[in-house]
Amino acid sequence: MAVSVELRIKRFNPEQDTKPHWESYSVDMEESDRVLDALHEVKWHQDGTLTFRRSCAHGVCGSDAMVINGENKLACTTLINEVGHKVTLEPIRGLPVVKDLLVDMEPFFAQYRAVLPYLINGTDPGYKERLQSTEDRERFDDTTKCILCAACTTSCPVYWGNSSYVGPAAIVNAHRFIFDSRDEAATERLDILNQRSGVWRCRTAFNCSEACPRGIKVTQAIEEVKRAILYNRV
Amino acid sequence: MNVHHHTYDAVIVGAGGAGLRAAIETAGKCRTAVLTKLYPTRSHTGAAQGGMCAALANVEEDSWEWHAFDTVKGSDYLGDQPAIEIMCREAVDAVIELEHYGLPFNRTPEGKIDQRRFGGHTRNHGEAPVRRACYAADRTGHMILQTLYQQCVARDVNFFNEYQVLDVAFADGRVAGVIAYEMASGDLHVFNTKAVLFASGGFGKMFKVSSNAHSLTGDGPGLLYRRGIPMQDMEFFQFHPTGIYKLGILLSEAARGEGGILRNNSNERFMERYAPTVKDLAPRDMVSRAMLTEIREGRGIGPNKDYVHLDLTHLPPEQIDEKLPDITEFVRTYMGIEPKTAQIPIQPTAHYAMGGIPTNVNGEVIVDELNTVMAGLYAAGECACVSVHGANRLGTNSLLDIVVFGRRGGAAMAEFVRKAAMPDLPKGVEEETRGLIERMKVGSGGENVADIRTVLQEEMMDKASVFRTDESLSSMRQTLTELKGRYEKVSIQDKGEKYNYDLTEAIELGFLIDLADTLVEGALARTESRGAHFRDDHPTRDDANWMKHTLAYRTESGGVRLAHKPVVGGKYQPMERKY
Ligand SMILES: Cc1cc2nc3c(=O)[nH]c(=O)nc-3n(C[C@H](O)[C@H](O)[C@H](O)COP(=O)(O)OP(=O)(O)OC[C@H]3O[C@@H](n4cnc5c(N)ncnc54)[C@H](O)[C@@H]3O)c2cc1C
Ligand code: SF4
Ligand code: FES
Repeated sequence: MAVSVELRIKRFNPEQDTKPHWESYSVDMEESDRVLDALHEVKWHQDGTLTFRRSCAHGVCGSDAMVINGENKLACTTLINEVGHKVTLEPIRGLPVVKDLLVDMEPFFAQYRAVLPYLINGTDPGYKERLQSTEDRERFDDTTKCILCAACTTSCPVYWGNSSYVGPAAIVNAHRFIFDSRDEAATERLDILNQRSGVWRCRTAFNCSEACPRGIKVTQAIEEVKRAILYNRV
Repeated sequence: MNVHHHTYDAVIVGAGGAGLRAAIETAGKCRTAVLTKLYPTRSHTGAAQGGMCAALANVEEDSWEWHAFDTVKGSDYLGDQPAIEIMCREAVDAVIELEHYGLPFNRTPEGKIDQRRFGGHTRNHGEAPVRRACYAADRTGHMILQTLYQQCVARDVNFFNEYQVLDVAFADGRVAGVIAYEMASGDLHVFNTKAVLFASGGFGKMFKVSSNAHSLTGDGPGLLYRRGIPMQDMEFFQFHPTGIYKLGILLSEAARGEGGILRNNSNERFMERYAPTVKDLAPRDMVSRAMLTEIREGRGIGPNKDYVHLDLTHLPPEQIDEKLPDITEFVRTYMGIEPKTAQIPIQPTAHYAMGGIPTNVNGEVIVDELNTVMAGLYAAGECACVSVHGANRLGTNSLLDIVVFGRRGGAAMAEFVRKAAMPDLPKGVEEETRGLIERMKVGSGGENVADIRTVLQEEMMDKASVFRTDESLSSMRQTLTELKGRYEKVSIQDKGEKYNYDLTEAIELGFLIDLADTLVEGALARTESRGAHFRDDHPTRDDANWMKHTLAYRTESGGVRLAHKPVVGGKYQPMERKY
């Protein structure tokens, strides 16, 4: 059965506005619809200028992180029955707003690239796979799930205050390699994360873990990296 | 509208698995620009779940020849056997290479890459299902996309993110450039280049219920088709059996590989009747038809009896958590059902385009029935048709395809570029694209893009999906004529420059309509049933007349002209497909 849902959306058009403003829309949705469906309903049938990113529509591509009723979520994995019939939508915080719900992701990806997010191993494995025990594989399983949606980083109060902090997502992606038994560059990455803009900025607010749509234990990953730096071993 | 000019040795269009693998290959060999309308990690390769097949024989006896046989048979003998042999032979190296790149495959107790069963993959020419699919839980595509992107970061690949390619320029019978629309600024960018490789993915968004992302609108094939390149075998579109009811979100075949069972309204395991040997692990075309046959004959479930169930309730809960965590989470999120204790409503979902831009095994694009190559033009991945999947793709063979032919296409392109001179780009190549954008922005006919797209998707689902007839397809042809008329009168609301998705959605709809046209015409002409193309009015395969590929050309007046070319055979002779 369709219900009427009111969307309050923080809007900003760089070609017209000097500052953001709120606009409201009313749409008829099913309880089991996604917030993304409601956004589409507005864009497709009421206001074609409403702008947001999206692609997969089921939580695997990381395009549509936004602030939904005050919390960082993906619009495509959040259902109307979770958020009620009055929904406020804002762009994620800490990254420059470009248009409506769409932010500039470049600073986020630059921080990701800064942690050497790729396997580094100088030995020639020959024509066979490198062996890895199921336990060693399990060690970094959680952090391989990251879809680079930025929900964690942009939920972090430290990041809002200081955008030079690499942020949770970059640390998660460093963790993924630091704890991979096949990788040989843990020391380099730990050195990078030991710098002023690195892990020590983290104040363990836990916002990131709550925000992660992939259920990654982000705070735990950050703690493991801190410990690896302190005790100089992984 | 500002216009910027760039010069690169090579341009890759698309940064999914195929585009990224090609970029790794050209890195360090030639100056390459990778243009992608999405950030690379947003590409739909990341949605792939189940696995990538290669006859590693890590857990049981296997050989690449068996893999090739299964692929030929799965293709309903429309796949080209030399190309299939290459893919299945190179599969082993491709998987090992991904492991070396860091891909976190699941492991066997000895630490080797683990393998599991998948539909249509068998030991010794059909004896029994074989464990051939290499996997990383049920996020294999995510791990392939991330790993290839990581390798591109390591190689400092030059990405132009959120640049949407809208046209290609030819000069003197070869490629000379591409024209791209930059989302952030609304500016046009003209890339003068010696070679272009299209890796722009599929076009499942022409159907209502689909596993495909909103972005999969067939831009690459669509724009090439408008420039005179034929589309091959477009009538073959795969419907995956296990889409979440109504939403179409995919539940990987791995669910059945791990032991999941399909059931009808009397809880019967109906696949035993359709494929006695491999049962629920029969190829997708057969399972989708079996499901819809159950529904047609009144054995569907629900108030409208329009779905069947996927049953995982007998699997050990730990196995579900370890091997199928993501897809079971989708079921919880979107259906509010716990798959460990309740059966899941499913229906076939539009999944994979077997057809596309015709290429040879080096990714070179073919422009006619004589296999003439267009110098400098390449394609790989789902947008291309090599053809290794023929009339029906086997599960896990697309991730394999994108890696193997992404690499081969990239390598061939780098080699071509080494010897070729930079072509002169004719003046004003961007004018047509500029005209298209301006027309869209001033259009005042009042037609709504979403409304037209909805009609297209619903009607294609009704008339041109799993079951087709002359009548349904003729009616679809009529619908398309109407939709083209309405499309001419489209109006958009966003007239701005920056991130104007209102505009790009309108342009994308145009590509979908053109490609739907080629699908329907190919399907109307093909008076037989083969693989994913099933005609109720011609229910059997007709090898005497139809062992051939379809090529669909665009005519001057915007219609479709069909031509054909022979299937390249090999050691496997066509047989009846029984499983
Ligand atoms: C849900 C799902 C599960 C699947 N599971 C499996 C599986 O388990 N095993 C298997 O083998 N196969 C699977 N497949 C199929 C397989 O994932 C795809 O066929 C394959 O990943 C396609 O890769 P690609 O590189 O060709 O395209 P994509 O990954 O779709 O990438 C397309 C790229 O092109 C870019 N692009 C598109 N248009 C333009 C344009 N105009 N300008 C610039 N850039 C453009 C996009 O930005 C994107 O980067 C699955 C598919 C789906 C949908
Ligand atoms: S860790 Fe989670 S929230 Fe952060 S970027 Fe990755 S997927 Fe998104
Ligand atoms: S649209 Fe892909 S994560 Fe939401």
